[in-house]
Amino acid sequence: MTEEMTGAQALVRALEHVGVDTVFGIPGGAILPAYDPLYDSTKVRHVLVRHEQGAGHAAEGYAQATGKVGVCMATSGPGATNLVTAIADAYMDSVPMVAITGQVATPMIGTDAFQEADISGITMPITKHNFLVTEVEDIPRTIAEAFHIASTGRPGPVLVDIAKDALQNTTTFSWPPVMQLPGYRPVTRPHSKQIREAARLIVESRRPVLYVGGGVHKAGAAPELLRLAELTGIPVVTTLMARGTFPDSHRQHMGMPGMHGSVSAVGALQRSDLLIALGTRFDDRVTGDLSSFAPNAKVVHADIDPAEISKNRHADVPIVGDCREVITDLIAAIEHEHAEGRKGDYDEWWTLLDGYRRTYPLGYEEFADGSLAPQYVMERLSAIVGPDAYYTAGVGQHQMWAAQFIGYENPGTFINSGGAGTMGFAVPAAMGAKMGRPESTVWAIDGDGCFQMTNQELATCAIEGVPIKVAVINNGNLGMVRQWQTLFYNQRYSNTDLQTVRRIPDFVKLAEAYGCVGLRCERPEDVDATIRKAMEINDVPVVVDFVVHQDAMVWPMVAAGTSNDDIKYARDMAPKWEIED
Amino acid sequence: MSTHTLSVLVENKPGVLARVASLFSRRGFNIDSLAVGPTEHDDISRMTIVVSVEELPLEQVTKQLNKLVNVLKIVELDTAQSVQRELMLIKVRTDADSRSHVLELVNLFRARCVDVAPDAVTIEVTGTMDKLEAFVRVLEPYGIKELVQSGMVAIGRGARSITDRSLRALDRTA
Repeated sequence: MTEEMTGAQALVRALEHVGVDTVFGIPGGAILPAYDPLYDSTKVRHVLVRHEQGAGHAAEGYAQATGKVGVCMATSGPGATNLVTAIADAYMDSVPMVAITGQVATPMIGTDAFQEADISGITMPITKHNFLVTEVEDIPRTIAEAFHIASTGRPGPVLVDIAKDALQNTTTFSWPPVMQLPGYRPVTRPHSKQIREAARLIVESRRPVLYVGGGVHKAGAAPELLRLAELTGIPVVTTLMARGTFPDSHRQHMGMPGMHGSVSAVGALQRSDLLIALGTRFDDRVTGDLSSFAPNAKVVHADIDPAEISKNRHADVPIVGDCREVITDLIAAIEHEHAEGRKGDYDEWWTLLDGYRRTYPLGYEEFADGSLAPQYVMERLSAIVGPDAYYTAGVGQHQMWAAQFIGYENPGTFINSGGAGTMGFAVPAAMGAKMGRPESTVWAIDGDGCFQMTNQELATCAIEGVPIKVAVINNGNLGMVRQWQTLFYNQRYSNTDLQTVRRIPDFVKLAEAYGCVGLRCERPEDVDATIRKAMEINDVPVVVDFVVHQDAMVWPMVAAGTSNDDIKYARDMAPKWEIED
Repeated sequence: MSTHTLSVLVENKPGVLARVASLFSRRGFNIDSLAVGPTEHDDISRMTIVVSVEELPLEQVTKQLNKLVNVLKIVELDTAQSVQRELMLIKVRTDADSRSHVLELVNLFRARCVDVAPDAVTIEVTGTMDKLEAFVRVLEPYGIKELVQSGMVAIGRGARSITDRSLRALDRTA
């Protein structure tokens, strides 16, 4: 199939061929040629957002809710630079995304032309790969390559910057193009010798832990993980990026590890003699002080990215491969060990861990003045909305409470900004998730600080018919920063008071101004009714202003740079590790 | 710290040098020397990168380099099993009295005189880093007016070629 067409038409045709159904973006001068044929496409829906950062996060939300590549589009210069935060976010969290930007025409490149920015140079360190396309005939092949790179191996963002004249010139379109990526060969098949060695360590260990990261769900390996866990009886911890990959309600689930993890999850890692790390990268927010992290544990580390293995923590058994293949092979190898009569005995280990779980459950402080505890809002959302919904979060206290107090049962249902910690992620990500999963309920859990960074996308949601629900956990402050000021800066609250208690802005009126329904809830006794009311509205977006107490803190906490052993489950309250029954 | 010589085969495309250089700076690795040029295959360029790092960070360097889509292959060249050369051009102050002394040193170091002026000669010398340093030391008393040096290039000894298999990979996609 060959056909004469412009570069812009070839771009739209290529997007259709790779299966794109939704693009988030804003047009402008350099990308304008592409928007003309896009107007005619019956397969690709373009969603006009209000800020390019919103386009990027929406593409991320769409990608994470569907497993497909998210797509955003912007013009040259400021349009492209406004995507940068979202691209960096996708890079840190390995989100498959393709960003398409217009560039000034080839003869103008390098002349400081109007709206010129070297976006491929700018995004070099925050993309998996990027392209600058100056020849019209390269457009289809580059699009195919970009989607292939974004979605295979360790997923990540790929930027395609296309010069305006390349979009305007004509070419002969044929599909599929031949990709030219001789240096791109992701390894997915694990080494069988390493798998056997891992299986041997697993059955010999006495205190193993399955340390599960975001890579497991990205590999579609949640069912395999469940089988592995139940076959071995090993406790499971799920990182911030893995919440829902293993059911919270499962007896073997110990909670989330890390800076704000549960005592049982952190304790399990610290007391372990074998970490089976799957699709995870020993991030500093999980390990705390690295030298005292899980000091007695050997490490089996499986990841699709060889560079993650032994980067932070030495791996005794390194396994490079796709988590689904790794876990499938591990199951077979362990079944073989079992058949030979070698089976792990973890009874003593479970006695210790059950003690942690019983003694140090997640909890929170309620306020004598009858004001609202943010954790209570999460508990009620979890109970009323349930585990079939998708939840997105911004970054800060509300994000941690959402990770701790909502029960996740399904992989990929908690979508948040983990590695980059991008405030303002929740609303646009919820929009993208809802567009990818229109049949599901999508709640954005946001803070009053985050919400004021990207709430303009409520206009997009209202106009495009994307009825997301937003829970603004409004404590009037940049809460997490305030918490650090409380704990580490002598309660000197420098520049953290947003004064939203003065109703500037009034989030209910703001919601109404955007064509959404605005609700407010200030007392614990009104929480259920408010959530139910929000759940009944399905034709327009709903924003709930949950006014909560400003002194609520996120516990447990491992202070930055300290050892996981020094976790506090409340202020100045350290768990006793050597509890026995 | 120890010195390692990496031969990196890359696609001959615009921006590849920037990607490699930016990776080193972003990950906090220091480059001692970098040389880049074409190979026997038009589509492949070869970089010789000398880095001073411990064993573990070196593993990170090669793994991160391997993740660059335009990087085809990385080989660490063992000093004993490879030939390593740098090129240096040195402009030395000479007059009628000192010129013959300088030319004697040029012969001793198997260097070449490439330009002569009444009050200076320009010398071309190739060799290992150690040899070049020694040559500079003996010339210093005469007065070095200007010096320019290339990055190191290196190639493995014996009949084996590191480009063979990469070429085949390229042919498959062509």
